[in-house]
Amino acid sequence: MSLLRSITAATLAKDIRLEWRSRDAINSMLFFSLLVVVIFSFAFDPNAEESREIAGGLIWVAFLFAAVVALNQTWARELRNQVLDAYRVSPAPATALFVAKALGNFLLVSLLEALMAPLFMIFYNLRPLGPAWQLIPVAILGTWALVVNGTFVAAMSLRTRSREIMLPLLLFPISIPAIQSMVEATRVVLSGDGSARFWIVLLLTYDVVFTTACLALFETILQAE
Amino acid sequence: MTDSASIISLSNLIKQFGRFAALRGVTAEFAAGKFHVILGDNGAGKTTLLRALAGLAQPTRGTISILGKEPHDACRQLGYMAHPSLLYDEMSGMENLRYFARLYEISGDARCEQVIRSVRLDPGLARPVGQYSQGMRQRMSLARAILHDPEILLLDEPFSNVDVHSAQEIVGLLKEMRDAGKTIFVVTHQASLLQGVADEFIWMQAGQIVDRTADFHAGFSTVGKQ
Repeated sequence: MSLLRSITAATLAKDIRLEWRSRDAINSMLFFSLLVVVIFSFAFDPNAEESREIAGGLIWVAFLFAAVVALNQTWARELRNQVLDAYRVSPAPATALFVAKALGNFLLVSLLEALMAPLFMIFYNLRPLGPAWQLIPVAILGTWALVVNGTFVAAMSLRTRSREIMLPLLLFPISIPAIQSMVEATRVVLSGDGSARFWIVLLLTYDVVFTTACLALFETILQAE
Repeated sequence: MTDSASIISLSNLIKQFGRFAALRGVTAEFAAGKFHVILGDNGAGKTTLLRALAGLAQPTRGTISILGKEPHDACRQLGYMAHPSLLYDEMSGMENLRYFARLYEISGDARCEQVIRSVRLDPGLARPVGQYSQGMRQRMSLARAILHDPEILLLDEPFSNVDVHSAQEIVGLLKEMRDAGKTIFVVTHQASLLQGVADEFIWMQAGQIVDRTADFHAGFSTVGKQ
């Protein structure tokens, strides 16, 4: 267990260092999300009531598309100079690599959300009428749902010819239950239309099921040729 | 060629990529503590054989036994250097080795510094590996492969794109390692560099080992390759 923790920490620290030096993923994600916020606010020009109804969908779709950028970058780094082979020939457990990659993506997407959420609030004139604290578990569980599946699917599509296309093609369908939960929970909280508790429990269940499945299958994906 | 002190044995090893058979029933045993050079034309199966030994290519059929174990179970005894560097270009050599050391549960910087010095590089070099010359990169790649002090070294094209002086330095390092008891496999197209150093030349053609000679020129004339 300590080996798993140590290698996970080392891989996560290495990925953060590489991202800090290149800023490949975070810059692309920020730019993309900013474009979505600005363009959609000009295109729709909704009033406060309409904003509460559509903002949930808009926010999460923007974050989902932006997350795909980070997810593609995650493994691209490991393909340059075939560094992934150095990991595969080592005794390090595959699980440690997966957990580190998923955590790295979680941090990146969370940072993006923390930076972009206030802008969404301003551009769409949003003020939650329901219990605002419920947005925190929705954001945490929803982000984890996106990155855990995304990290896994990105690894799966690593050796395919058009991996940039394969990733969203495989990721979006399996993310539908999570996205619907995130959108509905956000809409409920913003409009004050009851409680988001049901959607939060659904997200939690989704996370547990998919995290377990990804952890169980990742070694097969990593060792596949 | 069979040796009582064989460290690796291959039995009817077949590796197919779709319809193409990269290895066609390779059966061989390799002695411990020797310097083996694998030669052959492009597509002869040299790299596939090395990747199979490293556990990176699963055999379609046949078995590989390294020190009596499957390749992945013997990974602590294997050091693998590929044609690409297997290093992160954005990090310095020391940062790269620190990370890989953690994968092998090696703590502290002492071992990383020692292997970097052993390949005649400076552990204090802060430049990222992406800015190294090809020769420096190959030597750093070798340092990564020997970081955990493996018994067996699998080296794919260690002299490619390297100037003569750097190549000779790498040959010198490999000779020292063989003299220290390591078993070395080198895939190369520059066999002339290893004459007088290698213990055995293994000639591959169309996915099979067609000849094994102690003398480079004997194999050259027999097979008529290279």
